[in-house]
Amino acid sequence: MTSLKPAAARAAGPLPRRAGVGFKPEHFEAILAGPPAVGFFEVHAETYMGDGGPPHRRLEAIRARYPLSLHGVGLSIGSPRPLDREHLARLRALIRRYQPAQFSEHLAWSSHDEGFLADLLPLPYNEETLAVVRRHIDETQEALGTRMLLENPSTYVQFSDSVIEETEFLAEIAERTGCGLLLDVNNVFVRATNHGFDPFAYLADFPLRHVGEIHLAGYADAVDDQGAPLLIDAHNSPVRAIVWSLYEEAVRRLGPTPTLIEWDNDVPPWPGLLAEARRAETAMTRAAAWGALRHAV
Amino acid sequence: MPFEATIASFARALTDPKRPAPAATRRRDGRPVERRFAVYRNNVAVALIGSLEARYPVVRRLVGDDFFRGMAGAYVAAEKPRSPMLIHYGAGFAEFVARFPPAAEIAYLADVARLENAWVEAYHAADAGALDLDALAAITPDAFETLRFRPHPAARLLGFAHPAASIWAASQGDGEPRAPEVWSAEDALVTRPDADVLVRVLPPGGFAFAAALFSGASLGEAAALGACDGFDPGAHLVGLVGAGAFQSFR
Repeated sequence: MTSLKPAAARAAGPLPRRAGVGFKPEHFEAILAGPPAVGFFEVHAETYMGDGGPPHRRLEAIRARYPLSLHGVGLSIGSPRPLDREHLARLRALIRRYQPAQFSEHLAWSSHDEGFLADLLPLPYNEETLAVVRRHIDETQEALGTRMLLENPSTYVQFSDSVIEETEFLAEIAERTGCGLLLDVNNVFVRATNHGFDPFAYLADFPLRHVGEIHLAGYADAVDDQGAPLLIDAHNSPVRAIVWSLYEEAVRRLGPTPTLIEWDNDVPPWPGLLAEARRAETAMTRAAAWGALRHAV
Repeated sequence: MPFEATIASFARALTDPKRPAPAATRRRDGRPVERRFAVYRNNVAVALIGSLEARYPVVRRLVGDDFFRGMAGAYVAAEKPRSPMLIHYGAGFAEFVARFPPAAEIAYLADVARLENAWVEAYHAADAGALDLDALAAITPDAFETLRFRPHPAARLLGFAHPAASIWAASQGDGEPRAPEVWSAEDALVTRPDADVLVRVLPPGGFAFAAALFSGASLGEAAALGACDGFDPGAHLVGLVGAGAFQSFR
């Protein structure tokens, strides 16, 4: 195939089982000048909630050529407060306009009385919070008229009243609401390091049958109050070797899965981002071969 | 602790740096988690200051990175976004800058911030076709007096006490910004008739004339308001239409 016809790309379907990248305006010219280079693009929904202007023109052009994944960062699904109906309406309008292959959000909260706090904040995992998140996912899927994916978060603190494992919490949400899961492998490693558990064991417990997409990103290094490593989900650097290993383990079990390189800060020139996406595709191919080998012997 | 109380105390601690990390996040062994909790405080500050840096690049350039970060940090501490749409966050920054004592000596700074905010609003405004001069050419001269114009959704009018548009223009590009040669008040029109945001300095009398048209006055009424020595409403109208200030007329 030499060119992807815009009309063919416009039909909303599942994301291809390939690597995609976050769309950044500074890459727009390079993307349009070259041949189809990645399996899909992902954008933050809130960035495209202006009435008009250049952001929509660029996204229209991208959407005409590539499948699109819409990723929300402001719905505050993990809050005890009711969902923001106006925000849901804005999301619905974006979904109608751009017909993305899928919509995803986070197991986190971001708004309270103080306002929108511009971060993905943590919640305890227990029966009360499970019921709230289930209700919010039901409401979101109904309001948007689509099945959504819920992403596992990076966290830096834990709650004394958290009594359910995150993998179990996510499995319960997915089974009760029918939503899919977005497995962020970098978040798994960040959280495992920050809270002292084995990321491979977490992966073994993760309800992989619900995974519709994987995220990969770079983290930053810090230390906590005791001088122990504290990793920060920074999205500002290449994916680390250990996260690639974890990813390969995930795709060995899952098979090829739509995989996003999330690089939102200190964004590299287009070829640098593309190289990360290629690496994910290579890892997927290798994992598929490994799976075939395992079946053969 | 009930979920609501847990999140409320987290949000309070997040926005008040004098508070300790919320009790629900403390370790059972009593060892501190302040540096861990500080990651969230830092994330909030970096995200919100970053969105102000993106919205106000010329103000940042005029005062330098450190001063800007301090000023933006003070704004962020006082004003949180009202919605998850950060593309609208910081619209009130100019008023804050005008009342920010350390910036009092840079009297023109708030005007430059107003211009940058108008630029971003124009950038995200609804798309619409702009009225072009050909449409006016079909009007008979005696009908001009009663014409009324509908502003383009991206159009913004700004009256400054300082040469803010010249200062802003001199800070575009990579060269060292030069102070305007003539230091006098300026009025500006910001438009986006198509893809690009345009900034025009209005000639004398132009602001009152344009403001009257924007608020629904007829061309005759607006011409009377804009009147000053040698005021030529036709030339002003051509300038406004040419810049894409209007969507239609009736």
